[in-house]
Amino acid sequence: MSIAKDPKGLIQGAAQGLMAKAVALAPDAWVPGGVPDPLIGRQHGHVGRAVSRIDGPLKVSGTARFAAEFPMEHMVFAAILFSTIAKGRIVTLETARAQAAQGVVEVMTHRNAPRLSPPPVFMSNPKAAGGDNLPVMQDDRIHWNGQPVAVVLAETQEQANHAASLIEATYETEPAITAFDEARSHARPAEFMGEPLHDEKGKAETALSTSAVRIDATYRTPRHNHNAIELHAVTVAWQDGVLRLHDASQLVSHTAWSLGQIFGIPEDKVLVTSPYVGGGFGGKCMWQHHVLAAAAAKLCGRPVRLVLSREGVYRLVGGRSLTEQQVSLGADADGRLKALIHRGLTAKTPSNVMPEPFILASRSTYAAEAIELDVHSVELDLLANTFMRAPGESVGTFALESAMDELAEALALDPIELRIRNEPDVDPLSGLPFSSRRIVDAWRAGAEAFGWSRRSPTPGSRREGEWLVGMGCATGTYPYYRMPGGAARLTLTPRGASVGIAAHEMGMGTATAQVQVTAERLGLPIDAVDFHYGDSRLPGTVLAGGSQQTAAIGAAVIAAHRLLIKELFDIVGNDSPLAGIKPDDVACRDAGLCVRDDPERHETYASILARAGRASIEVTGEGPLPLELMHWSMHSHAAMFCEVKVNAITGEPRVTRFLGSFDCGRILNPKTAASQFRGGIIMGLGLALMEETQVDERNGRVMNPSLSEYHVPVHMDVPEIDVIWTDIPDPHTPMGARGIGEIGITGTAAAVANAIYNATGKRVRDLPITLDKLL
Amino acid sequence: MTPLRYARAADAQDAVLQAQAGARFLGGGTNLVDLMRETIERPEALVDVSGLANGIEESRDGGVLIGAATRNTAVAAHPVVRKRYPVLARAILSGASAQIRNMATTGGNLLQRTRCAYFYDEEGSRCNKRHPGQGCDAREGFNRNHAILGASSACVAVHPSDMAVALAALDAVVHTRTSQGERQIAVTDLHRLPGDRPDIETMLEPDELITAIALPPALPRSTYRKVRDRSSYAFALVSVAGAVQVEGGRVLDVRLALGGVAHRPWRARRAEDILRGGAADRAAFAAAADAELAEACALSDNGFKIELARRTIIAVLEELTGERP
Ligand SMILES: Cc1cc2nc3c(=O)[nH]c(=O)nc-3n(C[C@H](O)[C@H](O)[C@H](O)COP(=O)(O)OP(=O)(O)OC[C@H]3O[C@@H](n4cnc5c(N)ncnc54)[C@H](O)[C@@H]3O)c2cc1C
Ligand code: SF4
Repeated sequence: MSIAKDPKGLIQGAAQGLMAKAVALAPDAWVPGGVPDPLIGRQHGHVGRAVSRIDGPLKVSGTARFAAEFPMEHMVFAAILFSTIAKGRIVTLETARAQAAQGVVEVMTHRNAPRLSPPPVFMSNPKAAGGDNLPVMQDDRIHWNGQPVAVVLAETQEQANHAASLIEATYETEPAITAFDEARSHARPAEFMGEPLHDEKGKAETALSTSAVRIDATYRTPRHNHNAIELHAVTVAWQDGVLRLHDASQLVSHTAWSLGQIFGIPEDKVLVTSPYVGGGFGGKCMWQHHVLAAAAAKLCGRPVRLVLSREGVYRLVGGRSLTEQQVSLGADADGRLKALIHRGLTAKTPSNVMPEPFILASRSTYAAEAIELDVHSVELDLLANTFMRAPGESVGTFALESAMDELAEALALDPIELRIRNEPDVDPLSGLPFSSRRIVDAWRAGAEAFGWSRRSPTPGSRREGEWLVGMGCATGTYPYYRMPGGAARLTLTPRGASVGIAAHEMGMGTATAQVQVTAERLGLPIDAVDFHYGDSRLPGTVLAGGSQQTAAIGAAVIAAHRLLIKELFDIVGNDSPLAGIKPDDVACRDAGLCVRDDPERHETYASILARAGRASIEVTGEGPLPLELMHWSMHSHAAMFCEVKVNAITGEPRVTRFLGSFDCGRILNPKTAASQFRGGIIMGLGLALMEETQVDERNGRVMNPSLSEYHVPVHMDVPEIDVIWTDIPDPHTPMGARGIGEIGITGTAAAVANAIYNATGKRVRDLPITLDKLL
Repeated sequence: MTPLRYARAADAQDAVLQAQAGARFLGGGTNLVDLMRETIERPEALVDVSGLANGIEESRDGGVLIGAATRNTAVAAHPVVRKRYPVLARAILSGASAQIRNMATTGGNLLQRTRCAYFYDEEGSRCNKRHPGQGCDAREGFNRNHAILGASSACVAVHPSDMAVALAALDAVVHTRTSQGERQIAVTDLHRLPGDRPDIETMLEPDELITAIALPPALPRSTYRKVRDRSSYAFALVSVAGAVQVEGGRVLDVRLALGGVAHRPWRARRAEDILRGGAADRAAFAAAADAELAEACALSDNGFKIELARRTIIAVLEELTGERP
């Protein structure tokens, strides 16, 4: 993956470096976002209103159809048998009993599966969707414990499940590396998104050794699994040479292209739709079940439905990898950071490109004079790990922000004050200006609302009966991203407008917010706007990930809107009140166009279209390259506040209050945003207190593949969670908004750990913080 | 799931007659059906006993008789149970979820099987309880939830039931029936320690049906405390069921049982012996807890349970002997 591995890569790398410099120095106006999106200025329209989710009634009435609910004629049901060794080969695979079982249509193994190319792994192409690049059921090789070795197709799900249990497999095992400690000595420098996970500014070690106050600590976070409510599922058919997938996906276009590569067919012969997704969080990308279902459908000539069992999700769909992070902070007596060192280890597999990038948050959070950041990674013979809500920041902020709390304690300084003292003026590593950074406002508002002044700085000093009570805080942060490839179709008719883009609604409220934004942009009522998404035939290659979808759609719609106005001007003619005006001087209002400085000069879209004898106008706009990311340092922030009680007898930790104070640019819809923030925080509580995938290091097998043994918070674990926000628009992003989907999980674990320290005087540096660590 | 026969039992006699080899009784199915889905249990026939004796009667001796098919929710909600046997009501309510308790029966709850992860992994792990002689992957594997008392080299699993711990502390008696006749077994004798046959979990014969549970009159104060990894919907790491009678600062009578620590609900008789007749104070409680745990033995991940059990025993005794809230 290294861009510097070959001469071509070197030249590309150099060119990218030059370009980054040029973009950094370019005048604002040349860069996307340099001229603020006009929507930012409008304060009282649809944007910012608490509109209820348009998919809400469909979901509560059960009429929203999910991937596993599409009926198809002559469909068969699939069940998977998983390997029980980590590495080696299949010696025997006895399928005769399964084949003969009632209702069984076909048993697919590596012996009879269609010949396929390996999945294109993420980053190998802009549209690559594969979690790894291992061949899918093409040979007898086993690469991880839990790899599919057979797929049974039967008339009912129960018959398929039963028949799968009749298959007997024997293996020849080969030495596998499944223990982190064994692999340690083979750690190598890690790369993320094609760039090294290594940064240096100044001489951090030297600065550390001469600092007045120092903190040195090691923090550990375990593996985590995806546990979206909706199980991964596909319903697939081959129809007249087209591979048709009803999917639960956060990247329909990527999946269509990638399956095309695997099956050797053009991407337009693969149709992927995904109208509703019951939770994604990075887990609903392309995994083996897509390929297996399509291959099985091809093999048996009938449509196939494949729904992973919960165990199947654990065996087949990657989660977050483990980390071991060392943080060293050096400060002067006033608490100003002289040195920030954040480095450590994570694990990936030989076949994927995803080291957990836990240093990302440390790149831009504090104004340390010298900085050294580094991730090394080992390779284990396990299921490929992948993106999981705020990859990097979620666990990285646990280490960084726990260390900041330790430093505040060592300095006898209020932890909020310490953070404010280290607030940077420009990006500490790149030197770029911030597009908008109002974290201090968020800290002040949060502290006030939470009652931070009531916290005692002395650990263990507040007790209520058996319970020790404490408060803690931490910074959360997540970058503004916008990936290339955004494109949107905008269709205007006399009745209203519709947007079409291959984007995704995973329950976060995308469709609702985009309807609001488009209505505002075009000056239409909300019910005159439709939003079409979740279909690989639509324009754009949009990943619902990295909290970038809103920006990617926004930039594409801005481009389409510009084209639309141009087209309208082409047909407006001389009889319009707008005659003689330049496109740049109009605004969209009251279902039509008007002169910006003279709103009385107005004509409705319906009237313009009618005069020109047009039923509709359709344009497709493409978002510009995301050069703004090279011109500004763009980040959201959150000030997280937690109150816990810890039982003095049993050590049980329980969160009693939580508040997140966010600086995420303009909030498009406070209702859906509040749910995103809260959901992220709840996931952060799980990260802090209970989530852990138990991989038996003797054989690489996940031992808690069920929601009864893999703990996530239950209702009783979730207290009242307050969320507030600055609502200060970012002048350089579409709509002034930055992503909100992931930031809630960042900083949360540290806020909990810091509150537990304040309650008990015990510093737990090992997640999850279970009661045995507090006894 | 393997194909099987299913029949509803008309009454206890019918149930016993239908229960030939390969058949299993079906209560609420919340454990058995799960295990069948995992192919750990592969019964050829199910005899549904969830419609049998289901009710709670007060007996003449001042105790209570609970029909084996009475749902967990119904037992916990019964006014007599709540008033006289709070330890039982609390134990039941601390277990599983409301939905599961609505389904679960008293008999089924007592006979639910361990949650050891390796026991549950039929395809990928070795387990002496599933396959005697196969080996035990938990010993050197994940054993944070496992036993500190009464374990064997063959098996270190714990019994997961909360209700059973309360019943052990209440000196409850299980009424059973086979084709040979009826008998009564103390709950404390019902479950076995693993020894070298962890696959044999109880004293019951294969066709032996639990028909009822009898509770003798209760001690005046009782309670149940469960310590777990999240606020609800988690099995006990350690739990303590206690019942006491105190007069003038002395312990007249006491019952203690521990959950989450052994292959069966662990009646803490050593602790009881030390407490009975002695002072109701912290020093005595600590001495009792220490005596009970003297032979506790930790595995790689569960050493904390020894201290946790000690603290929880003391806390429960302090609660039961202190001022009434
Ligand atoms: C996710 C989850 C969480 C849980 N958490 C807890 C918890 O925290 N604490 C807790 O205590 N429990 C917990 N449970 C377990 C639950 O309490 C048991 O599943 C339930 O009590 C079993 O009762 P049942 O009637 O459904 O038994 P079944 O599943 O029907 O049967 C269980 C066993 O008992 C046998 N059986 C049933 N009735 C009779 C009878 N009359 N005579 C002889 N044999 C009989 C069956 O043959 C079977 O072997 C949990 C379960 C789940 C699924
Ligand atoms: S502890 Fe018992 S139940 Fe668990 S694996 Fe060992 S033998 Fe099986």
